[in-house]
Amino acid sequence: MLGSGILQGLAVTAKNFLGSYHDPARYTTVEYPEVKQQLPEAFRNFPFLVTENATDPMGTLRCVACQICEKECPPQCIFIEKSKDKKPDANGKLQIYPVVFAIDTSVCMSCQICVEVCPFDAIKMDQVFEIATTDRFGALLLNREQLAKPNEYFHQIHPTEAAEVDARLAADRKAAEEKAKAAAAAKAALPAKPAPAPVAKPAVVPPPTAPQSPGPAA
Amino acid sequence: MIAVTPILSVATSVSEWMFERATHSLTLVATGNDRFLERFPLLLRDWITGHLPESLGWLAVSLLAIVVILAAFGLLFAYLTLAERKILGRIQNRPGPNRTGWFGLLQPFADGIKAVTKEDVVPREADAVLHFLAPVLLVAMSLLGLAVIPFGRHLLAANLEAGVLYFFAAGAATELAVFMAGWASHNKYSLLAAMRALAQLISYELPLLLSVVPVVMLAGSLSTTHIVDAQGGWTFGWIPHWHVLTPWGFAGFLMFMIAALAESNRSPFDLPEAESELIAGHLTEYSGFKYALFFMAEYFGMCGLSAMAVTLFLGGWQAPCAFLEFIPSYAWFTVKLLTLLLGFIWIRATLPRLRMDQLTRLAWKFLVPLTLLNLANAAFWSLSAGWSGPLQWVRWAIAVAVVVGPFLFLGRALTAGVAPRTYRYA
Repeated sequence: MLGSGILQGLAVTAKNFLGSYHDPARYTTVEYPEVKQQLPEAFRNFPFLVTENATDPMGTLRCVACQICEKECPPQCIFIEKSKDKKPDANGKLQIYPVVFAIDTSVCMSCQICVEVCPFDAIKMDQVFEIATTDRFGALLLNREQLAKPNEYFHQIHPTEAAEVDARLAADRKAAEEKAKAAAAAKAALPAKPAPAPVAKPAVVPPPTAPQSPGPAA
Repeated sequence: MIAVTPILSVATSVSEWMFERATHSLTLVATGNDRFLERFPLLLRDWITGHLPESLGWLAVSLLAIVVILAAFGLLFAYLTLAERKILGRIQNRPGPNRTGWFGLLQPFADGIKAVTKEDVVPREADAVLHFLAPVLLVAMSLLGLAVIPFGRHLLAANLEAGVLYFFAAGAATELAVFMAGWASHNKYSLLAAMRALAQLISYELPLLLSVVPVVMLAGSLSTTHIVDAQGGWTFGWIPHWHVLTPWGFAGFLMFMIAALAESNRSPFDLPEAESELIAGHLTEYSGFKYALFFMAEYFGMCGLSAMAVTLFLGGWQAPCAFLEFIPSYAWFTVKLLTLLLGFIWIRATLPRLRMDQLTRLAWKFLVPLTLLNLANAAFWSLSAGWSGPLQWVRWAIAVAVVVGPFLFLGRALTAGVAPRTYRYA
């Protein structure tokens, strides 16, 4: 009958209208600045630098300024300057560190290649998207202080990946320790050799202080 | 051409009415045993005009009516836009405007400020005078009709003998303004849209008027007050004698509303301003406050036609039941008016736009024959008014059959080969 389709349509819209008052499925808007949507774990945007210890972010950067990411970055938005001296990292090992580590967020295309090439798990993808600024020259170039975020934050945004990384790092550390121990034992067994003393660990800083490593390292 | 002659005759009757009003309107205070709330608007009017010298009284009364109508319908327009946006939003699973003020209640004023502060662009090639005149004329013409609507028992700006005729004459003049806008813009899209608008408005003028004729026929008068009075009273105290509750009245009401949708350029008949095809049609070259005026006119037209539908078919200001009469008449009128306006919004949220050929086919092949049959039906209803007893049932059966039968028949012819639509590849 002519008009029955119109009545059906009116019923649909009426259902939607009334449903929007009690049925969340019919009222899907999230009012953004006040309410923020839970981002899916797989959401990735802009890199950040991982630090081991939130209280001393610059001292515990995982980055050793190897500059692989700088060379691999397709739009070349990363700028790194190596240090002349060495500082002990989170594991107490002496390492070169980046004096300057800057990313131009207006150039970065969030391709994640820097993360994939990093041998030290020092740079990871973030979940930030509110990066608008009023200053298009200074504020879009993020320096290492702005880029450094603690490992806890990494756990918060990408729990699965962070756990994997921590486990891998802990395993590596354990393997290194065992290797060192074995080397020391071998050295003790062969005292005739000329002293290669400084090869061993300097052991200036207390042993692994990785804050929350869930791996078997602790 | 349709519009001009009635307007002239109406103009003379308006001036006659003004003279009559001037002579004895001040004595036309509420008499009878009305309740206080019913009389309140009149008392207020008399209190205000009482401060003026006697000789200026008639002018004050007329100006007061104009001011009240402008203020009331201006505010109604403002909040109708907000209600429309909120309801459309809810229907589309979103909240609608809710930032400006409490629940977005200041949104219409924000929109108004924005419209006023925008640059008024007039194309170099445009006819500047007509370009300016078109929105003004459109608003003026859509407001004129409101003068003859009885908003309450005592609330009527102009009690014309030919009120219904005046209303539709004034309404027909809006077509001229739409074409003026399209022509003056000097833009092919505007002109095409204006042609479409003319085709549409003239096509639907016919079913609109033909669906009104039965009411005029049965009430025996073109005066809106008489038509409302004819619908007064109740059977058993709770079945009102509104025209919509008779077979011919129900059909007439539905056809009037369909034609009113088309006359006020509302969805699904909003072809003249189809964004997807005509980049807003005759509104293309308008910006700022002139654009706002077009919208104002659209809503005034919608309000005017809804108010007319209430007056003609829904019993005007009459209460639906005898025991509900304590609620003042203007409140009843407002409730009915708002219900119809919400219906307009609901339909806008539901139906997609028609194509041009579908639009005209609906008017000429469906609505016009049905309204003509409805006229005959109303004549039969009028002639069989004396039937009683079992003949009453016969009367109702015949009247319903005359409404339903042709509807089914013509509806089938209209949708033959078109509906139901199957989607083979979807």
